[in-house]
Amino acid sequence: MTTLASAIHLLAALFLLAAFAMLSQRRLANLITLYAWQGAILASCIALAAYATGSAHLYASALLNALLKILLVPALLRSLARRLDVQWDRESLVQIPTVMLIGLGLVIFAFNAALPIAVPGAAINHATVGIALAALLLSLLMMILRATALSQVIGFLALENSLIFAATSVTYGMPMVIEFGIALDVIVGIFILGVFFFHIREQFDSLNIDRIEGHHE
Amino acid sequence: MSDVALAWMVLIPLAGAALLGALGSRQSGFSANVAVSLATLAGASFMTVRVVQDGSFSSLHHELFVDPLSVFLIDLVAFVSFTTSLFSRSYMRAEVRLGHLDPARLGTYHAMYQVFIFAMLLALTCNNIGVLWIAMEGATLSTALLISLYRTPASLGAAWKYFILCGVGIALALLGTIMVYFAAHSVLGGHRALLWTDLYSVKGRLDPAIMAIAFVFLIVGYGTKVGLVPLHAWLPDAHAEGPTPISAVLSGLLLSVALYAIVRFKALAEGALRTNWPGHLMIGFGLASVLIGAFSLSSQRDIKRLFAYSSVEHMGLATFAFGLGGPLATFAALLHMTAHALTKSSVFFTSGAVAQTAGTKDMDGITGLVDRDPALGWTLMASSLAIVGTPPFGIFASEFLILIAALHKAPWSVPLLLLALGVAFAVIVRRTQAMVFGAPGASQAPTPRTLFAPFAHLVLIVILGLAIPHLLAAWYTQAARLVGP
Repeated sequence: MTTLASAIHLLAALFLLAAFAMLSQRRLANLITLYAWQGAILASCIALAAYATGSAHLYASALLNALLKILLVPALLRSLARRLDVQWDRESLVQIPTVMLIGLGLVIFAFNAALPIAVPGAAINHATVGIALAALLLSLLMMILRATALSQVIGFLALENSLIFAATSVTYGMPMVIEFGIALDVIVGIFILGVFFFHIREQFDSLNIDRIEGHHE
Repeated sequence: MSDVALAWMVLIPLAGAALLGALGSRQSGFSANVAVSLATLAGASFMTVRVVQDGSFSSLHHELFVDPLSVFLIDLVAFVSFTTSLFSRSYMRAEVRLGHLDPARLGTYHAMYQVFIFAMLLALTCNNIGVLWIAMEGATLSTALLISLYRTPASLGAAWKYFILCGVGIALALLGTIMVYFAAHSVLGGHRALLWTDLYSVKGRLDPAIMAIAFVFLIVGYGTKVGLVPLHAWLPDAHAEGPTPISAVLSGLLLSVALYAIVRFKALAEGALRTNWPGHLMIGFGLASVLIGAFSLSSQRDIKRLFAYSSVEHMGLATFAFGLGGPLATFAALLHMTAHALTKSSVFFTSGAVAQTAGTKDMDGITGLVDRDPALGWTLMASSLAIVGTPPFGIFASEFLILIAALHKAPWSVPLLLLALGVAFAVIVRRTQAMVFGAPGASQAPTPRTLFAPFAHLVLIVILGLAIPHLLAAWYTQAARLVGP
């Protein structure tokens, strides 16, 4: 059991690392690859939790997540990026070291905030709740800092990854209804956004949010 | 047999969405939309009769349920979505004729309208906090498409802002939902830890520390959808840039449905914490929304943005009253939700028709309505007087009750509320007066339209203001007991 716990801890740490990597990645194509990696870590984490509890629905959830987040969504995002021809654009971020420092601050904050939640649970919960919360805040930070619509969406998808990570690690999986709902929403969301992007591109000739936002009158 | 009636009522709009999507841009889509909404209204009436006879009931193995807190909201959704579909038939036809809207998008419009109604009905009837979340997310996605319907730069920008802000909000609400499940998991275990009916029966045994954090996430998350103040940035844009029938249902219904979710969780959190702390949080958010909403009114030039800020103010008022707690304040808040839903949709119907006739949403460009089109002018005036809370309209009654409750529970807040209500009254009445009675401007051919929907709403609001129907009052009282500590 201890090896299992440490394996989950290791995966949790990798999950956080992936969140940091996404925060500092400037090119969209690499960002999508990192998103797929984060999905892979999430799916194996759920699979381990499924093994630990022996519950069939967690296995199903792991499979669903793997299919969606390693294969389907990254493929959709890649084809979108290719058709919009933005995959190798460099994004102008705030200074990367500054962003990393802010991110570090958020992680410390998240671990502190997670303390009261983690107390009643088992030991495995403490670190993972903190990490889930930290990854959530990092994805929010990424959404705030990014200037183009497509990378904001990836930030949003990373946010959703962190939520599922939280749901799995805190409660060993919620009943399936929620997971199916999320999966469905992700698909619908991506399709809607795909439609959306083409219109944004048509209207503004750019996916840059600043230009879209400044267009009120 | 009548157990499945509830499921049928929820499924009618979903089936209707498929049908309307298939009809596409055909002219029959307008009437089919009205027919589907009428069928939903019939389903809701059937369900209401059952509730009147037997009280709260659940169906489909406790997955769906109705109680006094949700029944009047369901009726409200069914009724307002029906009148809106009537209004939408004449309004959207004119939009297509005026060349504002590509007729090819009508299929999407009607299908998404019904999906949106379905999502709201599901949110109100489901017994499962997970399904509630899914329904709210579904409502977000369908309305994002509706707001961007015109595909103008402004509408795409508004829809993007809406999607991102409400998307983050809804994600935070999911985290809150997960935490509630976590707290309930150890008490109830498994699937039952997601059911409202089971959660309420054990609310005293939920872990207070977790429920406190969960409620913060939930109020911020669903509060984004309600348009509570630091999170309201999407609301004016979405209301101004989307098609007017959508502004009416967004403002009248969606905001109330999101508030309904917060109120349910508040009852749960208060039961676990045994303090009024969640209520205080709601008072803070509510008061900030009332003040910022009212003071933002005066700088608006766009007629729909003006009334969008008024929605921020009114939702803040309802949130404030729910936060006060107790039978009187909760009764007043429920009445306010009902009156606001009816009044605000009527306001949007008329202001949309006004903007369409005048060819501009800029209030400086709209003058002398009463000379050009007396019926429309007077309806706009009456709706505006109703929304600022003049007697004998329903909002007067609810605002009066809220002020009395505030005098008892939080006297310090009364001057602030009076100030905000006074400012809102002054700005909206001055603006509307200039539009209705100003010197007649450049004459424009009035577009044919029906004012049936705003008339019907105004009549109901007057009834609500003069004498609240006995049945409705009984529901409010029972709901207040359910929500109350």
